[in-house]
Parts: sequence; C-alpha cells; structure tokens
Amino acid sequence: MKFGVVVFPGSNCDHDCYYAASHAAGAEACFLWHKDRDLKGSDVIILPGGFSYGDYLRSGAMARFSPIMEEVIAFANRGGPVIGICNGFQILTESGLLPGALMRNKHLKFLCRDVFLRAEQDAGRTPFTRNVEKGRVLRMPIAHNDGCYFAEPHLLDRLEGEGQVIFRYVNAAGEITEIGNPNGSLHAIAGITNEKRNVVGLMPHPDRCAEELLGNHDGALLFQGVVP
Amino acid sequence: MTNATREPEVTAAVAREMGVTEDEFRRICEFIGRTPNYTELGMFAVMWSEHCSYKSSRIHLKTFPTTGARVLKGPGENAGIVSIGDGLAVVFKMESHNHPSFIEPYQGAATGVGGIMRDIFTMGARPIANLNSLSFGAPDHPKTRYLLGGVVAGIGGYGNCMGVPTVGGELRFNPAYNGNILVNAMTVGLVPEEKIFLGQASGVGNPVMYVGSRTGRDGIHGATMASGEFDQQTEEKRPTVQVGDPFTEKLLLEACLEAMKGDHIVGIQDMGAAGLTCSTVEMADRGETGILLDLDRVPLREEGMVPYEMMLSESQERMLLVAQKGHEEALRQIFEKWDLQCAVVGEVTAGDRVVVTHQGQVVVDLPVNPLTSGAPLYDRPRAEPANLRELHDLDLASLDAGGSPADTLVKLLGSPNLCSRRWVWTQYDHHVQTNTVRGPGGDAAVVRIKGTRKALAVTSDVNPRLVALDPEEGAAQAVAEAARNVACVGAAPLAITDCLNFGNPEKPEIMWQFERAVAGIGRACRALGVPVISGNVSLYDETEAKGILPTPTVGLVGLIDDVAHVGRAGFQDEGDHVLLLGEATGSLAGSEWLHVLHGKLGGRIPKVDLEREKALGELLRQGFRDGTLKSAHDVSEGGLAVALAECCLLGSGSGASIKLDPIDRVDSLLFGEAPGRVIVTAAAGAKKLEKAAAKLGIPFRKLGKVGGDSLDWKGLFRLSVATLRDVHEGGLRAITGA
Repeated sequence: MKFGVVVFPGSNCDHDCYYAASHAAGAEACFLWHKDRDLKGSDVIILPGGFSYGDYLRSGAMARFSPIMEEVIAFANRGGPVIGICNGFQILTESGLLPGALMRNKHLKFLCRDVFLRAEQDAGRTPFTRNVEKGRVLRMPIAHNDGCYFAEPHLLDRLEGEGQVIFRYVNAAGEITEIGNPNGSLHAIAGITNEKRNVVGLMPHPDRCAEELLGNHDGALLFQGVVP
Repeated sequence: MTNATREPEVTAAVAREMGVTEDEFRRICEFIGRTPNYTELGMFAVMWSEHCSYKSSRIHLKTFPTTGARVLKGPGENAGIVSIGDGLAVVFKMESHNHPSFIEPYQGAATGVGGIMRDIFTMGARPIANLNSLSFGAPDHPKTRYLLGGVVAGIGGYGNCMGVPTVGGELRFNPAYNGNILVNAMTVGLVPEEKIFLGQASGVGNPVMYVGSRTGRDGIHGATMASGEFDQQTEEKRPTVQVGDPFTEKLLLEACLEAMKGDHIVGIQDMGAAGLTCSTVEMADRGETGILLDLDRVPLREEGMVPYEMMLSESQERMLLVAQKGHEEALRQIFEKWDLQCAVVGEVTAGDRVVVTHQGQVVVDLPVNPLTSGAPLYDRPRAEPANLRELHDLDLASLDAGGSPADTLVKLLGSPNLCSRRWVWTQYDHHVQTNTVRGPGGDAAVVRIKGTRKALAVTSDVNPRLVALDPEEGAAQAVAEAARNVACVGAAPLAITDCLNFGNPEKPEIMWQFERAVAGIGRACRALGVPVISGNVSLYDETEAKGILPTPTVGLVGLIDDVAHVGRAGFQDEGDHVLLLGEATGSLAGSEWLHVLHGKLGGRIPKVDLEREKALGELLRQGFRDGTLKSAHDVSEGGLAVALAECCLLGSGSGASIKLDPIDRVDSLLFGEAPGRVIVTAAAGAKKLEKAAAKLGIPFRKLGKVGGDSLDWKGLFRLSVATLRDVHEGGLRAITGA
C-alpha cells in the first residue's frame, strides 16, 4: 500500500501527511512533485494542506493547473482513492473532482482550533471512513481562512440525497449548532465525497491528530481506514 | 564614474539627512581617504546605523555570558546555535520589527516574521516554532484596535503560509506604548550539526549568487528609519516599510534547504536590513575576503534603478550565497525548480574591498573593515532617572483594597494583561508540522523532535513594569521567569536570545536603564548557567520624546530529554494536593493589582534568589521525571489568586478548595507578586515532594485540594470555574470588538 502526497509550491502539510501515512497507517509514502506526471505507483493520493501558489487569486485555483493534477484526475476517474485535506479540499473543488466551493470564513479571520465532526454516513461509505461508524463524533483541528462550504441549493439537495455529505461540524455532544460550525459552512458541511465515493475532501486536519502524543488520534482512523 | 554624475553631491548636510552625524561623516572620509560618493555614503549610513552596528549597545552586550558546553555559535552570526545531542542542534533568535509595525501593522509584523525565519534557515535549519512578544498602547487608545488587529493578522498571514507553527508569546497593553508598539518575533529552527551554514565568504574566485525575489525600490533605508525617533511625519515613512510575500519565502526555504543538502554552498546570508549592502559586507568581513559585485546581473523588479537603490533596497525574500566554483548550474537547477530567481552577481576576491560595478563602471570601492568594525562605538553617558526615587517611595500601605477579594479577582482575571489570548492565537496556525505537544496558553509551549525522544520548550518573558522600577533586577527576573516557565513543562533551559527594546540612548536615563538591564540579564544567566546566544537591540523606541517602558524581552529554549515527561499547567484529578513552592506572600510593588486597581506604577520590587530558582527548576524537572508531579504553573502577574484561577481553566475543568490565612494584608496574599513561586499538584507523591523541597531549601506549603466546580478560598472568596472562564475568555472583547 503506497500513499502519494502531492507537493505543490506552497504546500505545507505535505510532510505531516507523509508522516501520518507512514506512522499512523504504517504504509509506504512518497512525495509527488506538482510539475511531474508520474504517480509513482501510488495506491492512494493525498492533496495536503497549505497555501498552494500562495492562495493568490483564490485558494486552490492555480494548483488545479499543475501537470500532476491531470494524472490525479485520471486516477480518480479510474476509481482510485483521493483525499484532499484543507487546501487539498479547496483544490479538489477547484478542479471539479468535488462539487461546491470553499469561501472565506464567516468571521473573516484565519481560524486554528479544535472542532467536532459527526460522521454522517455508514462506515465504509468511502475508502477513508471504513473505521468511522455513522453518528460517531470525532475531534479534529482546523486551520484555515477559506473553509465556508458553499453550493447552490439544488446541488446541496443532491449531496444530501445521495449521501455525499461525510462530515458535519457539531458540538461535543454531536449536535449541529451555530457555534459548533466555525466557518459558517452551509448545512454545517465539513467534508464531502463525490458520486463514485472514491474522492473525499474535508477542511479539518486528520493529519494533525493521528497520535496520542499530540493529545488526539481521531485522525488516524482516516489513514488507517484506506489501508486494507 | 558615470553614475556619480546623476547622484546628488555628498556633503555633511546630505550625510545628516541619512542619519550620519558630522563627526561620523568626518571619520568616514578619513577611513577611505576621500569623500564617499552618494551610494557609498548610503552604505555607510546603513552599516553604521544603530540597527546594524549596535554602536550604542555593543560595549554593554560584550558583558553577556555567551559560551557553554552546548554552544556551537554565539552572537555575531545570523542566529545562535546550541547542540541538543543526537547530532542535532537548535538555532534561534529574536528580533524586533517595532517601527515598521507601527507605521503599517500588517506588513510590518509580517516582514518581521519573514525576516527572523530567514535568519534561521540561512543557517541550514528548518524553522520549527515561532513566538512573538507584543506590546501595545492603552486598550482604549484610538489606534490600539487597528494596530493589534493588523499585527496579529500579519504574523498569522506570514507564519501560517510558511507552515511554521506559532506556538507562544506574550501580549501586553500599557499607555507607554501608545506611540511605539513592540513586535518582537522569535524563530526556533532545527539543524543537523554537520549541516550548519554560516554567512561567510571564502575561496577566492568562488561565485557570489543572488537567489529569491527580484529587487525593487521597497524598504530603502529601513534600517536607518529603525534607528531614529518617531515624530509627526513618521506616517509619511510608510513607503519605507517592505511588503512581504510569504509564498515566495516558503519556496525560498524549501529551495535553500534542498540546495544545502549537496556540497554546493560555501556561505549564505539573507538580505534583511540594509539588503545587498549588509549581506555583501558582512560575508566579506567574516570571511576576511573581498567581494566584487556586478549590479547589471541583479534581478530587478523595476526599470531604471540606480546603484544607490539597488544597494539599499530591503526587498524581502532574497538571499546572497557564495557557491563552490563549478556548482553554479546545479544551484540554478534547484532554484529554477522552485521558480525562483538565481543569478551569479559577483565573485569572492582577494584583498579586503567591496567593489561594485554598474554599466561597466566602478560605482563603489570601499574597504570592508571600516564599514563593520570601523563603526563608531559609543559609551554614552548614563544617569539614574530622577523620578525613580519617587516611584520607589510610593506608599502602598495607604492604598485601599478597592473591593472584595472576589470582585478584585474577577477584575484582574478579565483585565487586558491577564485575560485569555485565545482571540490572538486562534489566528495563528499552531499545529502545523504536527509537533506541538503543548500549544499556546500555558507556561511554555512544547514541540517534540521527530525521530528522537526529545522535545523543546519555548517561551518569551519580560515584565516591563518591574524593569522600569529596577532595570537590573527586573531584567534578571525576566530570565528567571523564562527558566521557571520551561521548568513548569519539565524542561532544562539551554540558552536565551534577547530583544532589548528601549528609548533614545542619547538620553542618559535611557542608557542607564539599558546598561542596568544588560547587567541583570548577565547576572541571571551566569547564575542559572544559561548563555546568551543571540539577540537584537531596538533603541529609539520613542515618539515625540516619550519613551516606552524598558522592555528587554527574553526568549528561552529548554530541552526535555524524554517527551513522555512533559509537564502540564492545569489541575488534573479530584483529590490531588494543591501545593505552593516558594513564598506565600508577594509584593504589590509594580504589580498588576496596582496597575489595574489604582492605575499606578511604583514601590520597591522583591529580589529574586537565583540559587533558589535553579533548585526550583531541578525540583520541577525531577518531579515530572519520576511522576510525582501532576501539574505545575508559574505564579506571575496577578499573584496567587490569578494563578490558581488559571490552574482551574487550563486543566480538566476541576476547581479547588484552598485554605491559607493572610499574614498581613489580604491583597498581598491573593494578588501580590514575587519571583520563585510555582503552584504544583501531586497525589501520593506530595510527601516525597515535600522532602525534596526541604532538602533544596524551597518553601513548601499545602494550599488545599483539587475538586468541585468552583475555586473556593476559605473565608476569602468562592467563584465557579464557569464564571472564571467567562471572565477570562471575554477580557479582550472590549479591545478587539470580536
């Protein structure tokens, strides 16, 4: 099992994802340079967090044009598992692999803190959530400026109808509240999947909470889930 | 010299406009045996500026202890380095960006953070933690909200994008900073010992290369601006503040670290203050070589730039390096991979001159030494401030309690200097790199070192009010507090960096404060066995002749041998003993109580017992190592009552019941301040701790037990933890509006 972690100029969670994949999931990991077109035989692709291209213009807007993304899109279309975390999620929406968009946080400030997520679908709905049963509440850190999920009403209806909303922001008790939704995302959406359910994007960072030493290993579940 | 004809004629008056005194101008002419041309004068002006030359402070800084078994590089390089074993070393430094941040808070703070990170990675180290110590004016001053918002956003904007966690720091408010805020940024980096790079040129014929961003007209004479007082025209200096591009710096970081893996680089230095001038001159000076620079090869952002502008530009995200001859192409490939500029702009020469050519003409030809060690060295007159005695004589006994103990605790806990800084640090990415074992909000932050069992504890500390009342003692206590803070998470202090922020050194009272503070830092460092490995001096922090509180910020890095033994600050389990190590009663002199309740600064501050501080540190580390201690929290501003409230808020949510009767006045017991005090908790280990404390001569006192949902001090006050939390969390709201 091999994780390929894409490195865009400005990615800054590439090492963290590499570490989580190799330590929390015990898998092999490699870096994939954005100018290359070789996925190096990766079985899972991670688009890590950071500020690809400085997030100038719009978060994730430039990264989708990197040569490696053509290969990632082809890989996803073949059913390969792809996860985008934070900036990676923004790149997935910009590149059309996931629907909707991530807009500026409701309070207009960068926000770094722990949030609670509720798993919205049955375990195994996506390759990454095999170990996360529906209704389970996970604690994870967020660190972003643009995490407010937005989609047109008809699109939101479809996401809800097709069971593509994977994680919602909740409070510690698992309830949807305004305070529990840190960035003002519509339907409190924190993570979604595509129709084929092989591509997952989420704003919170499972890579930052994948070991007990850091006080939280809820995030390890996502990395471990994709390893058979 | 064709360009000289386009340049203004150099006179003493022109020199004065650049901040060069008549006497200094005469010395320059003597050194070089002629009148310098305009570009050369500009180079002297920046190299001899207070900011670059430390001309008023150097004779005092020499008294610092700077050596030790672990010290690999002391002051004089881009940053200091200490060994932590396992073939690894820690590189760190703190630097001010005060003046630019006051003029343009977002960019000023952002480029301060960018600059200090370059100082660290230019030595081959990957930055692993940022801290910042911030001082703002009165909470209700009309500019405070704007400045605070801008500075915090700027620090976050740069550090977050770089992927370096901002894990700690300080934030204070005092009217003394109304016209001069302080932004002191510190970066800690990690480097394999055999991969340390220095900023020195060597090897005649080796190419000098320029990498990073292009050069523009921004920041010209920034170092000179940072070496003068502010006046009403200061706002017009906004164009001298540089504009940061953290994205480019992130690329520069990765490209430099990649280039450093090979054997391509001989020496490397960032272009910070005084840009191309400072990096060229300092590298030549350290390597005892000359350098030939061809400005026609410097990548430019704008057309028509003249040599003066190129040599003095402080455009950000640039590095100058000396490469091994023949490795130019390998380096070019690495920097091009990262989409950065890379150009050979000169070569190392024999001799001792910096020669700069432009359009085929020599435009600068200067000996290196006068620019560096030739800078003037001032032993400025010093005199104790006239009002100091009056401050000491403040009659504390005559001041009333100003309310019930509960009311006062609520007032203090929610006051601008003691309330929660969550609004600030949630804007900083403090998790990235996944090493943050203890984040912001505690005594010291802790980052683990992957691939080892080790972790580093980092903190920055100073209480400027104590320094104002007694500069020597106050500065010594800043070091002691920093050492105590890292001991509270189980770490042993390795070394400090400092950022010395003071007013106009040409005033004897300011120079007296400065000299005394330096002496105090030196005394504490010697007693605690902690060397000073790097630092920065920011003088002229004055506006319209009003100086700031003397603020010698101390940044300290400590080592934890086994990350399993990291301490925590808050109360853990019901029934644990709450214990006080150190004296029970503090002093109201210079206290937060005096500041918040009476708006005063005065009294004689208690002295720190440095031997006892050292023993206290040992006791805490031993307690965490053997599992005796369950928590430890430093008692600082606000005294015992505030510290106990913080223990409730930083822990599992438990309250505590406390019983300790006042010896004299209640205020001194609850809110009095003194060094050398730590609240700890222990279960069965309390007995063992008591014995160990007795052996070391550290006062030990049982205060009570952890438990319940309120902080209950028998006979004095009882407040629910929920109330304490509301008060503490809401304190900044009035300032930030959020």
